[in-house]
Amino acid sequence: MTQKRTVLTGRHFMQGDIACAEGAIAAGCRFFAGYPITPATEIAERMARRLPEVGGVYVQMEDELGSMAAVIGASYAGVKSMTATSGPGFSLMQENIGLAVMTEAPCVIVNVMRGGPSTGQPTKPGQQDVMQAKWGSHGDYEIIALAPSSVQEMFDLTIEAFNLSEIYRVPVIVLADEIVGHMWERVTIPPENAIKLIDRKKPQVSPEKYAPFMPSKDLVPTMAPFGAGYHFYATGLTHDETGHPQTDSAKAQQKLVQRLCDKIRKNSEKITKVSANMLEDAEVVVVAYGTTSRSAMSAVREAREKGIKAGLLRLITLWPFPDKEVSKLAKKVHAIVVPEMNYGQIVREVERVAKETPVTFMPKLGEDPHRPSEILDAIRSLS
Amino acid sequence: MSEDLHPLERFLRGGMIPHIWCEGCGNGIILNCFVRALEEIEIDVNKVVVVSGIGCIGRLSGYTNTDSYHTTHGRAIAFATGAKLANPELKVVVISGDGDLFAIGGNHFIHAARRNVDIQVICANNFNYGMTGGQYGPTTPLDAWTTTTPYGNIERPFNLVHLAAASGAVYVARWTTLHVRRLTESIKKVLQKEGFSFIEVVTPCPEIYGRRNKMATGIEMMNWFKTASEIRNYSDPADAEITPEKIVVGEFIDVEKPTYDSLLRKMINQIQEKIRGEK
Repeated sequence: MTQKRTVLTGRHFMQGDIACAEGAIAAGCRFFAGYPITPATEIAERMARRLPEVGGVYVQMEDELGSMAAVIGASYAGVKSMTATSGPGFSLMQENIGLAVMTEAPCVIVNVMRGGPSTGQPTKPGQQDVMQAKWGSHGDYEIIALAPSSVQEMFDLTIEAFNLSEIYRVPVIVLADEIVGHMWERVTIPPENAIKLIDRKKPQVSPEKYAPFMPSKDLVPTMAPFGAGYHFYATGLTHDETGHPQTDSAKAQQKLVQRLCDKIRKNSEKITKVSANMLEDAEVVVVAYGTTSRSAMSAVREAREKGIKAGLLRLITLWPFPDKEVSKLAKKVHAIVVPEMNYGQIVREVERVAKETPVTFMPKLGEDPHRPSEILDAIRSLS
Repeated sequence: MSEDLHPLERFLRGGMIPHIWCEGCGNGIILNCFVRALEEIEIDVNKVVVVSGIGCIGRLSGYTNTDSYHTTHGRAIAFATGAKLANPELKVVVISGDGDLFAIGGNHFIHAARRNVDIQVICANNFNYGMTGGQYGPTTPLDAWTTTTPYGNIERPFNLVHLAAASGAVYVARWTTLHVRRLTESIKKVLQKEGFSFIEVVTPCPEIYGRRNKMATGIEMMNWFKTASEIRNYSDPADAEITPEKIVVGEFIDVEKPTYDSLLRKMINQIQEKIRGEK
C-alpha cells in the first residue's frame, strides 16, 4: 500500500541521514531541492528514491543558491519543502534563507556540520556553524535551530522542524553533525496516526480581503498558496501587510522587522526544548548538544559513580537559545562545563545567561569528538 | 470612474501604480504587452505566477494582478523551478533583466533551459545595470560607456538568443520594444507552449544608459531600434548580432521537446503504479 510506504512504521537499524529523510517524508515533505555535499549526501540520495514513491518531487539543482530558492518556490506553491547540505552549501544558502525569513516561507534546511572554515574537513564532524545558523544571513532576524544527538532524533526533530516552520512561517534549521548524520542506530518509527503534523494556517477571508502579511494574534500571517486565486504579491523588500514594498518608511521597516523577530522571541518558551539529566542536586553541570552531549552523558554518569554531583543539560533547541532553562540552572550550580566541536560558539550564549556562575569551555577541533574521560576530568577539577 | 481606468486595469495590481520607471524606459511597454497577451488568450489567470529578480524590471511582478513573487538577485528562475515542479497546474513566468538573468543568475538560466523546465522567461535587455546607476553588465556592447567602463567597455557581450538556443530552450525570440505587436504575439505563444521558452526584449534605457551613449532620449533609442532592426525569423541565432548598425530580431527557435515536468510526472506515476501493483 502507498500508505505503508509513507511512514515506515516499525523498528529499524538506520543511518542518521536516512532517518532524517524518513522524518521529512513522515512530516509531509513532498519537495526536496539540493546539491550533493559530504556528509549530507545520503539525505538527498534517500529523498531521490523515496519522494517519487509518495508522489513527491526531488530535483537536483545546479548549486545551493538555486536549491534554497527552489525550496521557497515550492513552499509558496503550497508544498512542504526542504533541502540538506553542509557548511560550504549552507554558506551559499544564507542569501535565500534571508528571503525565506523576509517572505515568511515555511521550509526546513538540514545542515550536517563538518569541519570548517571553507572546504575544511569534509568527512570530519564539527559544530562550527552554530552562530552562522543564527546570524548567517544579513539583517536582523530570528530563526529556529534544532540539534539532534541520535539517529532517533534525526527522525523526530526533522518532523518537529517541519511543524515549527509551519506554525511560525520561518525556515527551521536541523543542525546535525557528521557523526549523527553517518551513525547507524536503532530507530523506532511510530504509526502514522501517532505522528502529530501541523499545517500552515490558510486565509479565512475572500481574495479581495486577503492581506498576505497581516499577522494574526500570534504575530504569524495566514498563507495562501500560489494558484488559489488570491493574486498576492510577496517581495524580499521591506513591505507592509498588503505585501506592497515600503522602501522609504521607517515605520514599516520597524514594524516588519520587529514582528519577524518577535513572533519567535515572544514564543521562545513554547519553542525551546532541553533534556535535563541528573540536575536535581547537581553542583557541576555540563551544557552540551548534538554528538558532544553523548560523551557528556557518559562523563556525568561516571562522575556520579565516583560520588560527584554532576548533571547534564542537553540543548535540543539551539535557537532561540533556551535562556530561561540555562539561567535557572546557573543560579543553583557551582560550575558549568561547555564542550563543543568548535573554538567557542554556544559557550558565548551560556556565559551571557550564566552571569556570575563560572563557565569552563572545552573546544575540540579536527579530531574525534570529546572523549568522556576528558569531560570527566573537567568535571572533577571543578567539583 | 470607469472611463479613467486603463483598458487592462484588471490585470494591474491596485495601489502599486504609478510605477517606478524613468521617462523613456521600455519596461512599461513590456508590462503592457504581457498583460495584453493575458487578455488576448484563454488562460486561467488564477494559475499564472509572475516571478522576477532584482533590478528595474524586477518591480514588474508587483504590478501584475496575479500571484507574484519578487526574489533575491538572480534567483527568479530557481524559485520558479521550485514553484512549477511543486504545482504543475501553475503557469510560471519569469520577467527579469539581463544582469539578473545572465550575470548573477546565469547558472540557473542555462540549467533550467537544459532541463527544459516548463517556465517562460522574458528578459528585458537594457544593456546595463540601470537601478544601481548604470554600470556595465553581461550584455553591454563593446566600447559602450557606463559608469564602470569610463574608458569604454572591453568585455564582449553575451548573445542571449544564441545562449538560450545552445542551452536547449524550445522557443527563442528577440524583439525590441518597438515591435509591440510581434512581442505580444510571442508572449501569447509561449503562454500556450510547454517547455523552457525565452524572449529577449531589447529595451531603451535613455536616462541611465542612452545619455552616456549618444542616445539621450527614449525617442532616440527607439529610432536606433527602428533603423537598425532586421527581422530574420528562423535564422541561426549565432549570427543574431546587436551592433550600432544592426539588431537582428525574430523568432529563432520553436520546437517541441518533452518537458522536465512531464518526464518527472511520468516517472512518479510509474513508480506509484508499481507500488500499487505490489500490495
